[in-house]
Amino acid sequence: MKDKDKPVLAVKDLSVSFTMYDGGMRRREREMVHQLSLTVNAGEIVAVAGSSGSGKSLLAHAILGILPKNANMTGTLEFCGRRLDEKALKQLRGKEISFIPQSVKYLDPLMKVGRQVMGPCRRRERRSRQAKMKQAFARYQLEESVAKLYPYQLSGGMARRVLISGAVMNQAKLIVADEPTPGLQETLARETMKNFRELAEEGCGVLLITHDIDLALKMADRIAVFYEGDILETVPAEAFAGDGEALGHPYSRAFVKALPQNEFCAPESFGSRV
Amino acid sequence: MKKFIFQAVRMVTLLIAISILSFLMMAKSPVDPLTAYIGTNSTISEEAKEEIAEYWGLNEPPLERFLAWAGNTLRGDFGESIVYKQPVLTVIKERFRYSLALMLIAWLSSGILGFLLGIGAAVCKDSVLDKTLKMVCLTFQSAPTFWVGLLMLSIFAVNLGWFPIGLAAPMGKVASEVTVGERIHHLVLPSVTLSILGIGKITLYTRQKLLEILGSEFILYARARGESVWQIVKGHGIKNIAIPAITVQFASFSELFGGIALAETVFSYPGIGSAVTAAGLGGDVPLLLGIAIFSAIFVFAGNLIANILYGIVDPRIREGVSHE
Repeated sequence: MKDKDKPVLAVKDLSVSFTMYDGGMRRREREMVHQLSLTVNAGEIVAVAGSSGSGKSLLAHAILGILPKNANMTGTLEFCGRRLDEKALKQLRGKEISFIPQSVKYLDPLMKVGRQVMGPCRRRERRSRQAKMKQAFARYQLEESVAKLYPYQLSGGMARRVLISGAVMNQAKLIVADEPTPGLQETLARETMKNFRELAEEGCGVLLITHDIDLALKMADRIAVFYEGDILETVPAEAFAGDGEALGHPYSRAFVKALPQNEFCAPESFGSRV
Repeated sequence: MKKFIFQAVRMVTLLIAISILSFLMMAKSPVDPLTAYIGTNSTISEEAKEEIAEYWGLNEPPLERFLAWAGNTLRGDFGESIVYKQPVLTVIKERFRYSLALMLIAWLSSGILGFLLGIGAAVCKDSVLDKTLKMVCLTFQSAPTFWVGLLMLSIFAVNLGWFPIGLAAPMGKVASEVTVGERIHHLVLPSVTLSILGIGKITLYTRQKLLEILGSEFILYARARGESVWQIVKGHGIKNIAIPAITVQFASFSELFGGIALAETVFSYPGIGSAVTAAGLGGDVPLLLGIAIFSAIFVFAGNLIANILYGIVDPRIREGVSHE
C-alpha cells in the first residue's frame, strides 16, 4: 500500500497516565487519557471537542512527544503508516508535523518573531528560510516588518497569523492546532478557521483541538466528542444538525442542546464513561 | 533625563543616610578611639590625653562633630585616618588597588563558572552531575567565609606550602621590586576563597531560573518544532535567564564587600577589607565613614549597571512595557 492511502495520523489505544505521589510516599498512577483511538486523513479537518480541562491537550502533546517527564504513554501512533517513535518524531517534528499553539505565550518573549518563525537554521539555509518566511507572511497578509517585532508587540490577530506562518514553513502533512481561537473576536476566529480549511484543501490533515463546539461544527469535517479522557464517538459534522438525533451518545446530544442557538441548557452529569 | 535625575537624587539621599547611620554607630560604639590609639597601658599623662582628645574634637557633641565632618567632606576633604596617619582618600586609593584585583577575579570567576555550572545542572536535571553539583554548592553556600579561608590556609599554605600564608607580596621586599608573578601567587588563595563564597549561590540560582524557563510554554513550542536541547538552551534559555543572572551578579557587589572584609583579614591582605576591620577596631571614624561612602557608591554603581543592562537584554523593559 502506498503512504497516500493511509491516514496521515492514526492513534490507536492511546492512554496517558501520570505518576503521582499522594500522602507522602504512596505512588499512584492517574490515567488522564483512556485507550483513545482516532484517525486523521489527508485533506480533512478533525475536531476534538470537549470541555476545558478534560485532557484534550494531552492528546496533542502525546502526538508531538512533548508530554511532561512524569507522564507515561501507551498505545501506538502512526504517521502516514510509519510508527511514530522517538526517533521518527525527532525527524518529523517541526517539519512534516506542525504544531500551532494556543497563544502568543508560546513564543519566546525575548526573540524577534521572524527568527522564531524561521526556527533555528544553519547559516547556509538562512536565505532560503527567510524567503519561505516572506512567502508565509505574504500569504497571511503580514507585513515584512512584523518579523522584526517582539511577541509582546503583536496584536491578537497578528499573533494568530504569525503562529500559522510558523506552521506552514515546511509543507507539513499534519497540523495539530491546540485551542487556536479562544479570546479571538469572531471575525478573527473565522479567518483562522478559513486558513485551516485552505490548508486542508492543499492536502494537509488538520487535527483541531477545541472546546468551542460551535466553531468545530462550522469548520470540521468530522468531530470527535471528547469526554473525561476518552473519545465517545467520532461523527461527521452533519450529525450535529438539528437536535442531534443522529448522535449516538447522550453526552454528545447534551452538547448540541447546550449550543446557544438551541435550548442552551447545561448538560446533566454523566456519572461514568460508557 | 528624568530617570537620570531620579537616580542622582536616590544616590545622594542614600549617601546621606549611610553617613549618618555609620557615624551614629561609631559614636555609640564602646571602642574609645583614644584608648585604641595609645593602648590601654600607656604611660601618657592625663593632660596629653586631654590634648589629643581636644585636637581630634572628641569633646564636642556628636552632632557638631558630624556637621564638621560633613562640611569638610563636601569640600572634598575626607579627613585624616587615625590608624594609618594618612589622608583617608590616600588610604582608600592605595588599598582599593589591591582589593580591586581580588574582587574582580572572584567576581568574574564565580559569575562565569556559576553560570555555566548552573546551566549544566539544569540541562541534566536529576542526573548524578546535577545532584553532585547541588550538594557541593549547598556546602559552599553554608560555609562561612572566614572558615573557608582558614581551611585554605591550613591546607595549601601551611601543610602543602604551595602558597604564601598572607600579605600581597613577599615580606621584606621593596614594593618596586615585587614581580607580577609574586602578586598573582599571593592573590590565589584569597580570590579562591572569595569565589567559593559566590559560586554556590550563582550556580543554584542559575539552575533554578533555567529550570523555570525550560518549563515554560514557549519551550514546549520550541520542542514541538523540533529544536534540540542544545538549540533550546542556546536560543531561548540563555537570553531568558540573562536578566536574573545580571541581577544576582551585580547585586553581589555588596556581598563581595562583606566577603573581602573577612577574607582579607584572614589572609592579612592589605586591601580595603582589612582597612575596614582596622578602622572599626581602632575607632577610626573618618576612615570608616570614607570607606562606607566609597563602598555605597560602588554597590550603587553595580545596581545601576544592572538596570542599564536590563534594557539592553529585554525590549519590554527598554520601552517601559509592564513585565508579566
